[in-house]
Amino acid sequence: MAERRNGMEMVAEKAIELLIRICGISAIVFVFGIFFFVFREGAPALAKIDLGEFLTGGKWIPTSHQPRYGVGALIVGTLSVTAVAMAIAVPFGLGAAVFVSEFCGRRTRETLKIVIELLAAIPSVVWGFIGLSVMSPLLIHGFHVPVGVNLFNGAILLALMSVPIMVSIGEDALKAVPDSYREAALALGATRWQTVWRVLVPAARNGLLAAVLLGVGRAIGETMAVLMATGHSIRIPETLFDPVCTLTATIAAELGETSKGSTHYQVLFLIGVLLFSITFVVNLAADLVVKGIRKR
Amino acid sequence: MSDAPVHGLTTRGLNLWYGTFQALLDVNLEIPHGRITSMIGPSGCGKTTLLRCFNRVNERYGYVKTTGEIRILGKNIYDPDVSLIELRKSVGMVFQRPNPLPLSVYENVVFGLRIHEPGGRPGRGELDAAVEKALGEVGLWKDLKDRLQVRATTLQLEQQQKLCIARLLPLKPEVILMDEPCSALDVGGTRAIEDLMFELRGRYTILIVTHNMSQARRASDECVFMLLGRVIEHRRTEDLFLTPSDPRTAEYIEGRYG
Ligand SMILES: Nc1ncnc2c1ncn2[C@@H]1O[C@H](COP(=O)(O)OP(=O)(O)OP(=O)(O)O)[C@@H](O)[C@H]1O
Ligand SMILES: [Mg+2]
Repeated sequence: MAERRNGMEMVAEKAIELLIRICGISAIVFVFGIFFFVFREGAPALAKIDLGEFLTGGKWIPTSHQPRYGVGALIVGTLSVTAVAMAIAVPFGLGAAVFVSEFCGRRTRETLKIVIELLAAIPSVVWGFIGLSVMSPLLIHGFHVPVGVNLFNGAILLALMSVPIMVSIGEDALKAVPDSYREAALALGATRWQTVWRVLVPAARNGLLAAVLLGVGRAIGETMAVLMATGHSIRIPETLFDPVCTLTATIAAELGETSKGSTHYQVLFLIGVLLFSITFVVNLAADLVVKGIRKR
Repeated sequence: MSDAPVHGLTTRGLNLWYGTFQALLDVNLEIPHGRITSMIGPSGCGKTTLLRCFNRVNERYGYVKTTGEIRILGKNIYDPDVSLIELRKSVGMVFQRPNPLPLSVYENVVFGLRIHEPGGRPGRGELDAAVEKALGEVGLWKDLKDRLQVRATTLQLEQQQKLCIARLLPLKPEVILMDEPCSALDVGGTRAIEDLMFELRGRYTILIVTHNMSQARRASDECVFMLLGRVIEHRRTEDLFLTPSDPRTAEYIEGRYG
């Protein structure tokens, strides 16, 4: 009897182990599957267009008789919106992380964390809506610019969207700094601010960097909000208030209008591969940086 | 200074609560300046708590309440005009586990100077001199003078603890508090720290918490015995160990509890 029970338990154990293993492996399978699928759809275009022109060309006129498939302007669009967004989000996000972790009381901390999580839960289409209906008129009146949907508008939205992840990862990084460092600094007469600046930030440097990189990843991949708020006009922006177009928004806007298998369709998938590669590199960098922390 | 005994630290009617738990009860002490005073007592009797009153780091926890008076060289540290920063400059603390900052050896030593900037931003030469002097005083200069840029957290524990003492010195403290500074060290390290305490004796009020009675005996001029948040006995170390006046002290030093 006991033997049989043991046998059953062994089987159950094995089954559960297998199940868990499948769950774990499936993530890898999905990632590769998605990459493979996207690449397969886009790959035929590689034979029809010049890769150099695709990556650096400034002209994106996919629907004319002599179509041009240069995504240079789109890359610049994505990078510029992301860069401006990060210029806003990094000081705010890391500042908030420092405040939440080091300066505020328990009550404030709990409240703030809930609010910040709420910020993270707002769907991106709602952000886009805010960009169109709130930010745009504000920008037009505040800066006297002709169009309110532009680079700056999109960047502000992206900043707001990537702040939550920066705050939560950044706070974790600061919390992970041993309390003995804080006590050492305080006992030497450091103010709280000096403790943060001279001890905690250097000690948590890798975690804070990872927080920033994850924020960057979030911003690069965002689609709906930028599609609605950046004006979606394909050109290289010259000022902060020029409309721009990003890689993601282009795919979202144009994919529905192409016929499956056309060059345009395939090139859009190629853009997908490009995006995938960019976010992969950013996430990998964040990962390696976090690994760096663990090692120490 | 006059010939009358100067007290580095005095407390009068000191009580401390962690929330509703009273950890110190009516502590009255006079710790002489320029001597080494040890504090002994069983685990949980409030030695660390008392030590952390003297530089007011206990106040980090919002739920700590203190009443009574603490004077450092005559000045009440709870007076409203006392700046915490100045207080902590003049009262240095060495912790149970060596806790050098995660910076270079050099930056650890000059940390105090950098944050306090006495007389403007300190120049490179001034900092270099301070590092050499402080490391020299704790006996690390010879070993570390070519490794000043090494991360301090990678040193041996003994060196780390010496560094933690060295980084107090550029601020010219009056009082040095040590909370079981040798408990993470081996015999050699313990000896080195004790020797160092003797070197520093005379210039500072040194107050050292220890679990190790032979260390208290060897290394201190006066000794305080605490039990359950109270000071039971405070006398010259020799006297306390040879002729304890309180039976509880006698029991403790005979090792009946602890
Ligand atoms: N942060 C704290 N919050 C609440 N209670 C505390 C705190 N720190 C210490 N205590 C309590 O206060 C009492 C005295 O603790 P303390 O650490 O001062 O003892 P100690 O004499 O240093 O002991 P040990 O020899 O083990 O280091 C203990 O009962 C302890 O549980
Ligand atoms: Mg203790």
